[in-house]
Amino acid sequence: MKEEIIIAGFGGQGVLSMGKILAYSGIMQDQEVSWFPSYGPEMRGGTANVSVILSDERISSPVLNSFDTAIILNQQSLDKFEESVKPGGTLIFDPNGIVKEPSRTDINIYKIEATRLAAEQGQPKIFNMIVLGAFLKAKPIVKIENVKRGLEKSLPERHHHMIPMNIEALELGEKELVTVR
Amino acid sequence: MGDIRLMKGNEVIAEAAIRCGCDGYYGYPITPQSEIMETLMLRRPWEETGMVVLQAESEVASANMLFGGASAGKKVMTSSSSPGISLMAEGISYIAGAELPALFVNVQRGGPGLGTIQPSQADYFQATKGGGHGDYKLIVLAPSSVQEMNDFVDLGFELAFKYRNPAMILTDGVIGQMMEKVELSEFKPRLTNQQVEETQGNWAATGKKKNRERHILTSLELQSEKQELHNQKLQAKYKQMEEEDVRFELINCDDAEYILVAFGVSARISQKAVEILREKGIKAGLLRPITLYPFPTKQIQKLIPQAKGFLSVEMNAGQMIEDIKLAVNGKLPVEHFGRMGGIIATPAEIVEAVESKLIGG
Repeated sequence: MKEEIIIAGFGGQGVLSMGKILAYSGIMQDQEVSWFPSYGPEMRGGTANVSVILSDERISSPVLNSFDTAIILNQQSLDKFEESVKPGGTLIFDPNGIVKEPSRTDINIYKIEATRLAAEQGQPKIFNMIVLGAFLKAKPIVKIENVKRGLEKSLPERHHHMIPMNIEALELGEKELVTVR
Repeated sequence: MGDIRLMKGNEVIAEAAIRCGCDGYYGYPITPQSEIMETLMLRRPWEETGMVVLQAESEVASANMLFGGASAGKKVMTSSSSPGISLMAEGISYIAGAELPALFVNVQRGGPGLGTIQPSQADYFQATKGGGHGDYKLIVLAPSSVQEMNDFVDLGFELAFKYRNPAMILTDGVIGQMMEKVELSEFKPRLTNQQVEETQGNWAATGKKKNRERHILTSLELQSEKQELHNQKLQAKYKQMEEEDVRFELINCDDAEYILVAFGVSARISQKAVEILREKGIKAGLLRPITLYPFPTKQIQKLIPQAKGFLSVEMNAGQMIEDIKLAVNGKLPVEHFGRMGGIIATPAEIVEAVESKLIGG
């Protein structure tokens, strides 16, 4: 198994940490992982994206020009990365702020209204975990229990009380994923 | 199985330093390697192992703090990125001249000047051809994974002490900033002063002992005859490095006709390019120099009979290509592909370069 993923959006949306949680989950199931970020000097508001690879074998390049899955969280990223999804690959996007929806017909396209759902929960911080849950519904490459174990290993103990809230957000994302085509 | 983590290359350098029994780190922050000193400050190793972590007032000062620490026979290191390494160059030359072991880490960014904060490999010449003044060499290690960022801290110190010569880990903003799975090394205790005396007491400034003359550590010799003898001794040492400590990795080279040569992150991307070329039925392989100095000259020469050409893949305008050309000595075409300014080459671009420059050319 090898899954090459790009997660792209604005700085501050939790793009990089989502990638990190995914990578840690891969380690929990004994896979090779790489996490390669690209971002500007801004803390928030600039574009941010991260390439994450999970593989059963040694990973060659952490830098890629095509992906099995693109997780897209703003219009700029959709414009930039829609073409880089491999034919037959997967694109998941949050329609919030999207004015021009993806147009390709040779890939699987899904929608997750994570911005709206997070706002409804009154918890904007769980946005990225909703997106991650939606991704794992479309591509169940890591088990939720391994995400949980990854969080337990990577977070300091004083934050462990927030893990259940994050797992609920994952499950919400799984439930709310919508197939576009 | 050891301690497995998901960590950034820069963070791993810091952790590996603590675990290998490093005595002192003296640094000055600069992007894209600031996580090294940040991690050390957060880890507070002075409470755990007694390791000193000090922010110097400048890179010039930190290099000279290494000069002092190394003179005492201690395991000392610093890290910086390209413009900061230029500031250290004077100190590095003095340390090489005085024959002292020390470890420098360069997480390269694009230049010249302040350049960009994005990754680059444009300091190959600086690292492998000296960088400072005078006839000297650094032992230069080029990690291409986060795991090697861990492994090469210990290896760098080992080689630095073997030859009493400064070593450099020459890496880049990609390897420094990316996270991968890493198995951290076991903890090694720092040497006690007694152990330093036992292992380095024949040269280090550990205090004048009754049974021996004082040790004088200097790079100054005003008598030309003595200076030339010193130069010859240094050159003999470099010759020994070339005989004993060349390291490299061969990937898919057994039957390869088109040989890519790449180090650091470029080697990772080139490996993917080799996979794509193989799928197309093109017999491509990758030679990855692990030591940039001493360079795997003989290994390149061994590949000449089976090869049709070499492509040097570097994130610069073409620097390592000169060492490849010296090895190949005109027997085969040697081409270069590189991006500059902080742009990272993609596997597809490298495939295209092999097809247009080697096969089509």
